[in-house]
Amino acid sequence: MAKITFVTTDNKSIILEGTSGSVMQLAVDNSIPGIDGDCGGVCSCATCHVHVTPEHVKKTGEASEIETDMLELNDHSNEYSRLCCQIEITDTLDGLVLQVAERE
Amino acid sequence: MSENFSNDKICVVIGASHAGVNFAFSLRSAGWKGNIILFDKDPVLPYHRPPLSKGYLVNEDASEKNFLKSVESYEKENIILRLGVTVISINRSENNIVLEDGSVQVYDKLILATGARPIIPSIQGIESVNNLYSLRTSEDVENIRNAITISRDKRVIVIGGGYIGLEVAASLQKMGATVTVLEREKRILARVTAPEMSHFFQELHAKNGVDILTDKDVISFSTKKGIDTVVCSDGSSFDADIVIIGVGIHVNLELAKNAGLKIENGIRVDETTRTNDEDIYAIGDCTYHHNPHYDRFIRLESVQNAVDQAKVAAAAICDKYLIYNTLPWFWSDQYDIKLQMVGLSTGYDKVLVRNEESENPKFSIWYFKDNILLAVDAINNPKAYVLGTKFIKANKKVDQSKLIDSTIDFKPANLLIE
Repeated sequence: MAKITFVTTDNKSIILEGTSGSVMQLAVDNSIPGIDGDCGGVCSCATCHVHVTPEHVKKTGEASEIETDMLELNDHSNEYSRLCCQIEITDTLDGLVLQVAERE
Repeated sequence: MSENFSNDKICVVIGASHAGVNFAFSLRSAGWKGNIILFDKDPVLPYHRPPLSKGYLVNEDASEKNFLKSVESYEKENIILRLGVTVISINRSENNIVLEDGSVQVYDKLILATGARPIIPSIQGIESVNNLYSLRTSEDVENIRNAITISRDKRVIVIGGGYIGLEVAASLQKMGATVTVLEREKRILARVTAPEMSHFFQELHAKNGVDILTDKDVISFSTKKGIDTVVCSDGSSFDADIVIIGVGIHVNLELAKNAGLKIENGIRVDETTRTNDEDIYAIGDCTYHHNPHYDRFIRLESVQNAVDQAKVAAAAICDKYLIYNTLPWFWSDQYDIKLQMVGLSTGYDKVLVRNEESENPKFSIWYFKDNILLAVDAINNPKAYVLGTKFIKANKKVDQSKLIDSTIDFKPANLLIE
């Protein structure tokens, strides 16, 4: 079980608990504004863009090459950007705080 | 079950796939306080369709991850799902719909998200083929998977070399089948991509052991001792244990047509997705709508269009004026190849190919008309896809000689004409 906090673009914090699946799916199931996951989680649409709290990058690991390429030219991307469909929920993520990125 | 929600607004949605489900949730978040009722004849909790021909076909365990929303999400947002229920007709004068059991559901607003169904062509002998499938629903996938599992020789003939046919071919090959694709045109994907891309996919499939044969017009089927034979106009014939049909779709227009709504190659809608009836909207694959970027009316079979129109319809109904103005995008996964497409290439007069230095295939195809960028197809190359999206959206002029020079870094500043 992992508690994950989503901070929306209008600065609301929503805490969710997940056990499996992707962080995107958890967010979509709970209607987190700004996380749509239109492609169903195959890293094709960039509608699940989040910024990982810098000190939590250890929990999530680094982005893959395809993910980095999808995000590099995004106006709202930074070095902590991830597509959260690519983050699998495990106990390691407990306490993770994610900022939902602005949509292009 | 009582549907008597008196003194409250009722929004009824026919069709609970990408468009209908996204609409329901968007409507709730746009502030709709009344009832939202989704009808679909498919009895399964609404699911993502694109993975059906890809990972979901190969990997049975993927089904749970494939739902659009969890059961709890519908409950939480108070969205009522009426699955496995067929809608028979729409009475516009009474603002109600009639269900298969004869019961009536009234509406204040009605959303048609009826989608499309696979074309089953009227080829001689098709009705007696033992194992004939198309692929649109999760039930289709179960049936195909079961047929493959019990088949001894697993010889599959896929009729139609479009994206669905090719994705199914790749998936079934992974599952141990011997797959042959028969395409009627001179090249696969002829309707949607440049010859360069058709060639690439033809080679990719060949490398992976899938035979793709073009100029193959199937004219009949014959069945002997449980083996089906597919016969083409050039006299060639192919034995098959399983036949998959992927030759395109029919839009589900019957409800709209019988209700007297305006039809033109789809349900005609305005820029807010409203039909010619002020209480009825239509979204997704079934609509014929104007695309402002290309300034013409189109019908699109895509998740992007379904989701974007869903948001526009929800906004319109909640008096939050939003105009449909998005760039179409699509994707396809075959073997370890990721294809991403943006824009509509129809009418292009020039194609440029940019190849990146890479071990694996990595390139992009850029479609122009009168030197204006129309569309980009990117193979294992998300950067090209993202750049293409930016350039097309902003109507940027691309320096074509720099574009095809892969030694020049893929950055907007390097590729645009000031």
